Amino acid sequence: MPRLCALCATQRPILKRPKTGQQICKTCFFHVFETEVHNTIVEAQLFQPGDRVAIGASGGKDSTVLAHVMKTLNDRYNYGLELFLLSIDEGITGYRDDSLETVKQNQKEYNLPLKILSYNELYGWTMDSIVEAVGRKNNCTFCGVFRRQALDRGAAMLGVDHIVTGHNADDVAETVLMNIMRGDIARLGRCTAICTKGEDTIKRSKPFKYTYEKEIVMYAYFKHLTYFSTECIYSPDAYRGHARSFLKLLEAARPSAIIDIIYSGEACEVSEEATKELKERKTCKRCGYMSSNDLCKACTLLEGLERGMASAGITDRGRKQLEASGPAPDGLRTIPFFQMNAQSPSQSAPDDGRDSAPPMPAVVGVEAG
Amino acid sequence: MSTISLKVEFGGGLELLFDNQRSHKLTLPARVPLDNSTSSPPSSPPSPQNNEYEGETKPVDVAYLVHWLRHHLLKERAELFMEGDTVRPGILVLINDTDWELEGEGEYVIKNGDEVVFIST
Repeated sequence: MPRLCALCATQRPILKRPKTGQQICKTCFFHVFETEVHNTIVEAQLFQPGDRVAIGASGGKDSTVLAHVMKTLNDRYNYGLELFLLSIDEGITGYRDDSLETVKQNQKEYNLPLKILSYNELYGWTMDSIVEAVGRKNNCTFCGVFRRQALDRGAAMLGVDHIVTGHNADDVAETVLMNIMRGDIARLGRCTAICTKGEDTIKRSKPFKYTYEKEIVMYAYFKHLTYFSTECIYSPDAYRGHARSFLKLLEAARPSAIIDIIYSGEACEVSEEATKELKERKTCKRCGYMSSNDLCKACTLLEGLERGMASAGITDRGRKQLEASGPAPDGLRTIPFFQMNAQSPSQSAPDDGRDSAPPMPAVVGVEAG
Repeated sequence: MSTISLKVEFGGGLELLFDNQRSHKLTLPARVPLDNSTSSPPSSPPSPQNNEYEGETKPVDVAYLVHWLRHHLLKERAELFMEGDTVRPGILVLINDTDWELEGEGEYVIKNGDEVVFIST
């Protein structure tokens, strides 16, 4: 007797869901995949009708599927959102130019406006030139810091209220593990928030927070979505790789591990003692972006690059070297001043998104309790 | 029939390890060594001598296919494709558009005309 889908019992199953172990058919898979993202969005109250939302698009599988799903759900459930594609060009020859071609294709396929912002125009450095100056060990730090600011600036230029990124459950679980392994309590307390919001930054959410990477790949495959899929040439030695390998082994032994790690991360509350050591948020004196110190990380990194002391901002030794060399000389390239647009009423109360963290949304197709 | 013809496809960047070719048509012997040893590659056109193995054999399955690909088609960085005796965690395998977890994973016996897809996440 042939197996039948656990949900509709009419078609042959094609996939075993890691989250639930259910065997489901293609149609049901599309339905639960899209509906669970919809539930995540609704329960976290991510959007208001009329919101202008920028989708961080790299041309990779997560952002391609995100663009597809956001457009589908916006149409299906009448979110009333104005969607944009926002792409950052880090200046990595052979990697980023190819993936940007995919984003341009996405733009045509989904008929959404696209903005591309490059490191070169913003900072005067490409990742290629940074890696030449810095080597391959800490280059990912530069890229992550610069990209985060670049996304905010691009979004401000587009006049959007909200940025969504394709970070999936695997990514969030990896981040939780990484922060535990590095003792980064400040980040551990923030990294599971589905939506991060600050006085001086644009709201940023992860609709795929509970979506398994495996399901994203399967969705893209069965829907025949085109995406670009090569590992960044500079990343093989990144620390995250260790967390990722570990997570994959855990997933193989017990597939629900990914969602369980996220749950543990959400439940972690930073103790009072540790909170006292956390730095207060201020604004960077040089560029106006949010910062824990007088100079934001991006300005510190850039100053290090410009003054030929690339490890300033990365290692203690580098920082001391920079301080010992005296103040920055005049005429050094800096990041243009960043100013947030006038706040909309919904953004008046700053919070880090954790106080009102909703319980994990229900998994579609499984009885509660 | 003493050989099986099948199609293998690579996605998610895996094709880079296989000469940048996404699609491959293969012919494997219908019965293969139990220990997955792939020392005598099947020749084409298949001849009676090459397709009969001495000793313990089993019908050709996906576990054997993985070893065969690693030894005969993989051009570089084997550790990105295989770990130990099976595919590296993080690589999805589809047999005729179905998750291999539903088909018995490595133990699935390959039939003539099957299509196996390997996607890296």
